[in-house]
Amino acid sequence: MSFSQSPSGRLAVQMISHIRHALPAILAVGSLVLIWEGYAQFSGVSPTTLPAPSRVLAQAYQYRQALFDNAIPTLRATLSGFALSLFAAFLLSVIVDFVPRLKRALFPVFIISQTLPLVAIAPLIVLWFGFGLLPKILLVALVTFFPMLVALSKGYEATEPELEQLLASMGAPRWKLFWLARLPSSLPFFFAGLRISITYAVVGAIFAEYAGAAKGLGIYMLNAKNNFRPDLVLAAVLVSAALTLCLFGAAVLAERLAMPWTRRTSSGGASR
Amino acid sequence: MSTPRLKLDQVGYRYGDLSVLENISMTVRPGEFVSILGPSGSGKSTLFRLLTGAITTDIGTTEFDGKLLAKAGRSFAFMPQRDALMPWRKILDNTTLGLEVQGIGRKQARERVSPLFAEFGLAGFEQSYPAELSGGMRQRAALLRTVVQDKPMLLLDEPFGALDALTRAGMQRWLEAMWEKHRWTAMLVTHDVREAVHLSDRIYVLSPRPARVIREIEIDLPRPRGRDAATQARAAAIEADILETLLKPDTGHFDGTSSQEAAAT
Ligand SMILES: Nc1ncnc2c1ncn2[C@@H]1O[C@H](COP(=O)(O)OP(=O)(O)OP(=O)(O)O)[C@@H](O)[C@H]1O
Ligand SMILES: [Mg+2]
Repeated sequence: MSFSQSPSGRLAVQMISHIRHALPAILAVGSLVLIWEGYAQFSGVSPTTLPAPSRVLAQAYQYRQALFDNAIPTLRATLSGFALSLFAAFLLSVIVDFVPRLKRALFPVFIISQTLPLVAIAPLIVLWFGFGLLPKILLVALVTFFPMLVALSKGYEATEPELEQLLASMGAPRWKLFWLARLPSSLPFFFAGLRISITYAVVGAIFAEYAGAAKGLGIYMLNAKNNFRPDLVLAAVLVSAALTLCLFGAAVLAERLAMPWTRRTSSGGASR
Repeated sequence: MSTPRLKLDQVGYRYGDLSVLENISMTVRPGEFVSILGPSGSGKSTLFRLLTGAITTDIGTTEFDGKLLAKAGRSFAFMPQRDALMPWRKILDNTTLGLEVQGIGRKQARERVSPLFAEFGLAGFEQSYPAELSGGMRQRAALLRTVVQDKPMLLLDEPFGALDALTRAGMQRWLEAMWEKHRWTAMLVTHDVREAVHLSDRIYVLSPRPARVIREIEIDLPRPRGRDAATQARAAAIEADILETLLKPDTGHFDGTSSQEAAAT
């Protein structure tokens, strides 16, 4: 058994190759942060205008409890809103797949919904639905629903025509065709949409909080800004970025679990 | 002569303004292996689309076991031009697809398919995904998925078209042996003249689009074919003759009705 063939060994090799892949990005971000740090330290700019990264980190650590307390409602709003959006998008994608005429009627409406500027919509939704969880859920759903719907619909349409002809020749009714061929065919599209939408979802939740909330990263940023604490604004940004990355990672993980056939082939570990 | 299994009578089909099939008349008798040879784009897959009910036409009639096709139900097990294996299903579950669609339970379907894996050269690959198989194995898996449906007739659309020459030659021998054992009633679409001559009892040659039958050839070579020199020589002569027709279709018989020729005798 060579090193690369034991499971943990293979994992280690994979990790190293991942890191090597990410190296340029790490270097780019690292040097950017260094330049920023140097500029903030030596140019004499006031920390209330441009705090150094080191200061942002230090403040983030000092205010970790407050940041954590405010991250939780944001996470809750993101996840609930996204869950609602996924459910609605899936349901509608199925309906529209069976009744194509409905698609032609509804899609323009959804496209218009995507052109609405968030800055205008967020305060209105808060005005109508109050400061609770509901307006945040609705806003997250609003920004993520249509991309997910489009991803699913595109996925269904990507089904190989020969596979459909095959199933038809076997006598499969339309719903079986959907279940056996169209739905699985849509998985790669679904997960591509999921990865993009989950990042929109966090932004949507923060926007909604910004427009009015009791707690949350959005309102925390607003308050920090009003108190002339850009370091805390940036600390909250850092937390939201970390949140987004975690959710993105979860989406990638879900994709791997849901589509094992893509994994086995790329690793080449199944040759016999 | 008994009623043919499949009988097409002056069938035609158009995609809008594009006439693809004209005046197609063919018969396939029970237990017979019939090939359709024709240039690319002539309408061979279209013919199968008509038979499997993916498209319909009101030009001409098609009968199956003496009944109009529309009333004969699902009579064909169809193998599409590309293997159309589902990448998300393991090979075992791909091969049971037709049985599952028929409503047979997964466990029972697996029990029916599993014993055939060895014969199809797929033993040990039940739990592999299609992407983990070679081209030849994928085609055998697709063929297994087709034959286990236990339909009265097989429709094979260029099953070996995508394979390299060596694999293809191996697969043709294998299919010949399989057919001799099972005697499926089958219709095979191919561009490969050699393949048609080696596998078929009868060959229909189609013209370029719009496709018409320009020749019908009985192949009465003894089976197994291509083993002794005498048979090989006769097969080669038939191949050359057919190739000539394909390359110069206008010298063939263009009257649409099939011309009975016994080129082999
Ligand atoms: N859905 C369609 N709409 C319009 N034209 C089509 C359609 N499908 C096929 N055709 C046309 O019909 C003709 C016959 O197509 P078909 O697929 O039956 O050819 P084929 O004989 O199977 O070719 P090949 O050997 O390359 O597979 C082609 O010229 C093609 O362009
Ligand atoms: Mg074809």
